[in-house]
Amino acid sequence: MIEFYLDRGSGVATYLQLVHQVKQALRLGLLRPGDQLPTAREVVAQLGINPNTVLKAYRELEREGLVAPRPGQGTFVQQSLASPSLAGTDRLQRALAGWVHDARAAGLTGEDMAALFDRAVRDAEEGVA
Amino acid sequence: MTAVLEASRLGKRYRRTWALRDCSLAIPEGRVVALVGPNGAGKTTLLHLAVGLLAPTAGEVRIFGAPPADRAEVLARVGFLAQDKPLYQGFTVAEMLRYGAQLNPGWDQALAGRWLERFQLPPARRVGHLSGGQRTQLALVLALAKRPRLLLLDEPMADLDPLVRHDLTRLLMETVAAEGLTVVFSSHVVAELATVCDYLVLLAVGRVQLAGDTEALLAGHKLLVGPRRDPPTAGPHQIVEASHTQRQTTLLVRAAGPVHDPAWAVHEVGLEQLVLAYMRHPDATVLPRPALAAVPHDTKREVSA
Repeated sequence: MIEFYLDRGSGVATYLQLVHQVKQALRLGLLRPGDQLPTAREVVAQLGINPNTVLKAYRELEREGLVAPRPGQGTFVQQSLASPSLAGTDRLQRALAGWVHDARAAGLTGEDMAALFDRAVRDAEEGVA
Repeated sequence: MTAVLEASRLGKRYRRTWALRDCSLAIPEGRVVALVGPNGAGKTTLLHLAVGLLAPTAGEVRIFGAPPADRAEVLARVGFLAQDKPLYQGFTVAEMLRYGAQLNPGWDQALAGRWLERFQLPPARRVGHLSGGQRTQLALVLALAKRPRLLLLDEPMADLDPLVRHDLTRLLMETVAAEGLTVVFSSHVVAELATVCDYLVLLAVGRVQLAGDTEALLAGHKLLVGPRRDPPTAGPHQIVEASHTQRQTTLLVRAAGPVHDPAWAVHEVGLEQLVLAYMRHPDATVLPRPALAAVPHDTKREVSA
């Protein structure tokens, strides 16, 4: 079982914070397939947040196929994120390292790169070429 | 979804001043509602009208489909925590609970007892000897032991320290999760409600300025930062607030869709930021689509937010 925490100053939507924390736990192997997530009531009693926020976070995780509800029992981990296909990430990692090398050569700082990266991710999410 | 609390063209006048005017809203069941607005916006008046402590000067208010003054069984399903937490100073905590049990048919003594224990309220202590925070806790226990389907809380957190505040919030949210009741919090501090509420009603000088699902409202607004553009223009997006420096323009817009203009860096908007922007610009409004006043009152209606 994992325990959620809340960063009230982060500006990140509360349900997304919960989603990220579950994914992080899945990546780190703290949550494995078959493990139960805390019930909405437990999360709410601990954090004092709106119950719908917890349900929304769990729905999002369910939509991504990571967890599944079992009627009358709770929400359970369906799929792990601990070992994604290594070959795929290796290739991406190398490409990114090359990009970072070029960016540094062009005089960009880490923050410049982060801003460009954020923007590219956001554009891709919004369907802008 | 059914509306548990609805007002149509509701108004209340004290002598020459309208404390609330032309107020129409519908609060869907099962929501946790933040009723916010500056001091004097009419929050307390609205709540007092809702529970029948005041009679409207104009329009009407309905709880579970009926005017509050008409039916005692309607009020039996409503818990109300007034700002001044009216309790009998000479009563002990236990006597206060017995009094509540006498007055309320649906009283749940076991639940009241559990809450007293969690709050560590001494049953033999006189109300007059409780701290401000303890009085709020007791008043909340009294309101909850009725097992209300609608709980109206007028500035419940105002005189509480942060620890008690967090405790109360946790217990309230746990009750919402377990029972699915509707809660309306009034407050002029938006920040403390941001993670708690999922529905927002902003009152400005006596009328509803902003109402709807919190996430839909937040998703529908963006903060645009870019090179100075004065007078400000944002294409199809409606500008709520604009500010400029010599080189930069910052706009809070109600977005008509994705913002494509590459000149703008697009940021998400927080609840407090949104509410403050609207408070500074009382002419801007966002209201749910259906016009309540246009619907006949005798039919049960669907309300979408």
